[in-house]
Amino acid sequence: MRASDGRRPGLGRLPLILWQAASVGALLALWQIGALFAEDRLLPSPGAVFITLIDAIAEGELLWHVGITLARVAASFALAMLIGVPIGIAMGRSRSLDRFFDPWLILFLNIPALVVIVLCYVWFGLVEAAAIAAVAINKIPNVVVTLREGARALTTDYLEMAQVFRFGQVKTLRHVILPELLPFILAAARSGLALIWKIVLVVELLGRSSGVGFQIHLFFQFFDVASILAYTIAFIAVIQFIELAILQPLERRANRWRR
Amino acid sequence: MSDLEIDIRRKRYPAVGSAAMHVALEDLRFTVRRGDLVCVIGPSGCGKTTLLNIVAGLDKDFEGQVRLPSASGAREPVIGYVFQNPRLLPWRTVAENIELALRPEQARTGIVEELLAATGLQDFPHTYPERLSVGMMRRVALARAFAVQPDLLLMDEPFVSLDGPTAHRLRLLLLDIWSRRPTTVLFVTHDIREAVLLADRILLLSAAPGTLEADVPVDLDRSRRTDDRAIEAFRQRLIEEYPQLSREL
Repeated sequence: MRASDGRRPGLGRLPLILWQAASVGALLALWQIGALFAEDRLLPSPGAVFITLIDAIAEGELLWHVGITLARVAASFALAMLIGVPIGIAMGRSRSLDRFFDPWLILFLNIPALVVIVLCYVWFGLVEAAAIAAVAINKIPNVVVTLREGARALTTDYLEMAQVFRFGQVKTLRHVILPELLPFILAAARSGLALIWKIVLVVELLGRSSGVGFQIHLFFQFFDVASILAYTIAFIAVIQFIELAILQPLERRANRWRR
Repeated sequence: MSDLEIDIRRKRYPAVGSAAMHVALEDLRFTVRRGDLVCVIGPSGCGKTTLLNIVAGLDKDFEGQVRLPSASGAREPVIGYVFQNPRLLPWRTVAENIELALRPEQARTGIVEELLAATGLQDFPHTYPERLSVGMMRRVALARAFAVQPDLLLMDEPFVSLDGPTAHRLRLLLLDIWSRRPTTVLFVTHDIREAVLLADRILLLSAAPGTLEADVPVDLDRSRRTDDRAIEAFRQRLIEEYPQLSREL
């Protein structure tokens, strides 16, 4: 038998959505089987977690805490990008800056997230600003490294063209440098989001009295695994929504000039 | 209003790694009269692109000086540059690429539309460069360089790597736009026939370190240059007089 598109006939022909549905279904089935054997309190079934999730949403509590956490994610994400992108570009474009600050960068890349969080709380108190700063400081070095790579690879051809035609600094930044760096900015945003929301939960657990991290800490003390899982699922859904509804359309728009 | 005056005593590239110090240009002096189209030809590696980059102000690390044709009024001289590769911003459309090069007072004067029409690109203002053919990209680069209404136009083998007929059409297009928007042009090429077709004067550069070997006026009436045989005859004469041309080019 000959397949016209070069792929083997059979399962490979199924649309992606079916594959994804099958994959999620298999995971749920595994969970259900595990729940049958485990104690209810340790691993509640998917159905029980779903009911907990609906209840928590109905009470309004879940949305409030998820909302608070999202606001913290947004604030620290914006802060990390606004600080990290310019530093990364500067280090990628200037050799002396890069040489001087590279050891600092290595230092900050290797400080454990927990240390930054604890120090921020010790130095600035258990306040919102300390929490957000701690998350941003954890993320900034990664943004800097990604953007530095991008800025090092900037095409001299375009910069020279901008210089000859007297674009000036603002125009050059807006129309030459930033568009060329956009893939790097998006990569930093992607990995940033994934890292930041995890750190935000730790920050909340250690020093805030609201948010998903705080709630999970609470459920931990009550041994309420169903609620822990319900909050986790809700939050993963929200982050996935951001990826699909914001990041991916943004990327498509940014790439529309490509062939 | 004045001429382009070039006086480069020396341009050298410092030794990098295992590559030795390289003197690209030495004692290169010439003047281009305002409004003239001058072609610079020479063997590859003789410093032609280096010369253009120095004139454009991209390379300031040389001994000597360059005086650009001054502009009307007090503003600084404006340079248009058609690079060897078109250097269009791929994330901006054809019209945006041209508009970005304009000075504020030139915006919305209709010059973009005029040059898009002159280069036959009137149907593609909103197209992204990567969707164009190489010949069309080069036309956009040409339109951009003329759109800034330059006091000096630099061209670095702008029609290289095109098929013969396309390159020829673009040369005629260049002459056509240049006749309507006269400006001083410094045109680098290694194609003698191209130089004879275009130039008022041909400057011959030696192998590196590049210096001026000859300064040949092209005393062929422009109306006769559409005749291939006239151009070929001039080229033959040039090669007889400067036999190094046939060896080096």
